[in-house]
Amino acid sequence: MIPLSWYLVVAALLFGIGVYGVLARKNAVAILIGLELMFNAVLVNVLAFWRYLQPGETAGLVFAVVIFAVAAAEVAVGLALFIAVYRKFGSSDVDDINLLKW
Amino acid sequence: MVTTFVFLLTAVVMLVAALIAVLKDNLVHAAMGLVVTLFGTAVLFVLMEAYFLAVAQVVIYVGAIAILIVFSIMLTRRVGAAWGAQTNPTWPFALLVAGLLTVLVTRMVRAWAPDQVLPAAAAVPADITARLGAALVDPNGYVVPFEVASVLLLAALIGAVYVAWGGRKAEKETHK
Repeated sequence: MIPLSWYLVVAALLFGIGVYGVLARKNAVAILIGLELMFNAVLVNVLAFWRYLQPGETAGLVFAVVIFAVAAAEVAVGLALFIAVYRKFGSSDVDDINLLKW
Repeated sequence: MVTTFVFLLTAVVMLVAALIAVLKDNLVHAAMGLVVTLFGTAVLFVLMEAYFLAVAQVVIYVGAIAILIVFSIMLTRRVGAAWGAQTNPTWPFALLVAGLLTVLVTRMVRAWAPDQVLPAAAAVPADITARLGAALVDPNGYVVPFEVASVLLLAALIGAVYVAWGGRKAEKETHK
């Protein structure tokens, strides 16, 4: 069986790549792609801990199902916001969204 | 032996695809990298014997979320416009933060050494998916989080339609 720490290290790398994407990207949709990578890293961690600590219980799986639902809601609202922003500013770069700046 | 090979292959493919997803200037290519990463996560779920969640991963993430992202990339750019650089000028700081976070978490995992500390994992019951389904609607189980998730999805659905539609005025402006 694959050691638990391998899953944790892969998830940490995936999370790090996602953090880089969120911080370095200009386009709002690209930032959302980075966020999805981070969500996936968290899911891998949750399920790895479920598998290695409590495989007989359903708690870990329920946690993952709730994360799925929250991720879907977050993406739907986020993309709707970006489309509304694009309609107003003609761009989806976060640098161009400067209504609160003076 | 075979599972180790599958795990390593999946991990490498997944991480390379994730790098493509955050580094490519062409956002459609980046979205394809995201799709490959999501499939890789599904393979890891199969290796962890979470079969239901592996299928849910493919259906929800690859089938719905990735397609939504591709759609919104195509909806929010002018036709024929060049992609240009997609990174902020401050990207070295982003690299520093992300690299530091990854190194620290990896070191933490190594210091904890869960493979030596934890007892060997038990087997997954064969009827775990049936038990998950029962637990999700069981009043003594997880029916409240389940219902809260459905209310959240409904609210997100209504909110997304309302925000993206923007009312009659916006519709007229778009069609000008």
